[in-house]
Amino acid sequence: MAMFGLPQWLWAIGVIVVKIAIVLGAVMGHVAYATYFERKVIGRMQNRLGPMIVGPFGILQPIADGIKSFFKEDIIPTNADKPIFFMAPILGLMAALASLAVIPFFDGFVVANINIGLLYLFAMSSLAVYGIILGGWASNSKYSFLGCLRASAQVISYEVPLGLSLVGVMLMAGSLNITEIVNAQSRYPGGMYITAQWLGFFVFVLSAIAETNRAPFDLPEAEQELIAGFFTEYSGMRFALFFMAEYTGMITMSSLAVLCFLGGWTLPPFVLKMMPFLGVVPGVVWFAMKLYVCMFFYYWIRATLPRYRYDQLMAIGWKVLIPLSLVNIVITSVIKMFLHHGGTP
Amino acid sequence: MINQVFFFYFSAVIVATSVMAITRRSVMHGVLYMLLLFFHIAGLYLFLNAEFISAVQIIVYAGAIMVLFLFVIMLLNLRDDIKKRQFIATWPMGLLVSSGILMIILMAMLTIKTGTQGQWGIAQIERLTHTVAIGTVMYTQYLFPFEVASLVLLVAIIGAMVLAKKRIK
Repeated sequence: MAMFGLPQWLWAIGVIVVKIAIVLGAVMGHVAYATYFERKVIGRMQNRLGPMIVGPFGILQPIADGIKSFFKEDIIPTNADKPIFFMAPILGLMAALASLAVIPFFDGFVVANINIGLLYLFAMSSLAVYGIILGGWASNSKYSFLGCLRASAQVISYEVPLGLSLVGVMLMAGSLNITEIVNAQSRYPGGMYITAQWLGFFVFVLSAIAETNRAPFDLPEAEQELIAGFFTEYSGMRFALFFMAEYTGMITMSSLAVLCFLGGWTLPPFVLKMMPFLGVVPGVVWFAMKLYVCMFFYYWIRATLPRYRYDQLMAIGWKVLIPLSLVNIVITSVIKMFLHHGGTP
Repeated sequence: MINQVFFFYFSAVIVATSVMAITRRSVMHGVLYMLLLFFHIAGLYLFLNAEFISAVQIIVYAGAIMVLFLFVIMLLNLRDDIKKRQFIATWPMGLLVSSGILMIILMAMLTIKTGTQGQWGIAQIERLTHTVAIGTVMYTQYLFPFEVASLVLLVAIIGAMVLAKKRIK
């Protein structure tokens, strides 16, 4: 297939580059407006208006924020470890953006359709903590240091239930490839794995919130005690990079919830049978709608719940979530064995 | 041709980063070079069609073990490492041992004979995908060693807990 006189490999690389550009553009736009909607939603919940000044209903606020942080002075603490201080926010954002490569936004649209998609996502989400740890350490400040110690312990603890909670999904789908997981779900009677994997979904939601350092598990940046935790000493564009990494992480975790538990870009078969006209709506619309619901959930609990204490956080992770996810794995594998092999292993 | 280029790149970077990791003054920088090293080892695994091992390499080593290393380093707060000229007094002994190991590796490399092609060729692994292949082998043919290894790890976990606990009534 030599189109426009180009060799095939060059053509393939070109397609991938265009896909990366589309994904990056879409996600960065969503990151900008996720901050706007967060402020609006939390404002409403706390009986305020949220941003109202810049543009109608404050709709241009994210753009103004971006321009402001871009032109702000970049302050570096005197005794900071400069190379690591410079590198940390970039490393964090890089890990967050790299995990977007395996997420299929609708049928067939994925930058890299690899067999170990879920494992790759775990790898990238465990790398995201390096930005936090290195940034906190290199700043050479007490607040940042405490923030990064908390972050490293929290992320190590919650990575385990996060991985184990998805094992049930892997068992049911029989694959680690995310596109195949979604296809297996559309063949499944309920159309969504949340019906059978509700325990796994519960564990996944809690660990995803802790893994992205969001309220009520936002101890690494606890504003009231640590000023801002690991990014206390960061300013201007580097601060904005940390912010972008956090919101990209939220979008990745929400997409993972949508793809593994909520049916991805497909609709459950019984809904399509009742209302066949919904079949003409492109899959990316359903994906986006489910994603927005998950993002709204993030804001909702941030506005509702107070922050947990550190020992409570560790106790929930090790004493509740990990045993629950192990129980889920055992139940899922036993049921699968009975359904597929009639009880004989 | 392109295979040799990739292999040369990965092995050169692995050697360079491991030398950097043990020669840096700051422990933190050493750990970061080790992180880079783990990534290139994962790349080498990927290059050998072992995608599962490659992902596990990053999740376990880069994602968990290195973070624990950083955690310990930060808690110890090693600031005098930059002033000290030399950490270990017994380096001649280390040189002797490591050159001995190098000799053994070189002798093994010169006399190595590859075995006959078994069931798990590249074509078979590409057909089944590496995760399925490694899972099948591990839970059928090598189930016993696998369980023994997990028992050893369990003993280590319980041992660490017993040691860390102050008093057992």
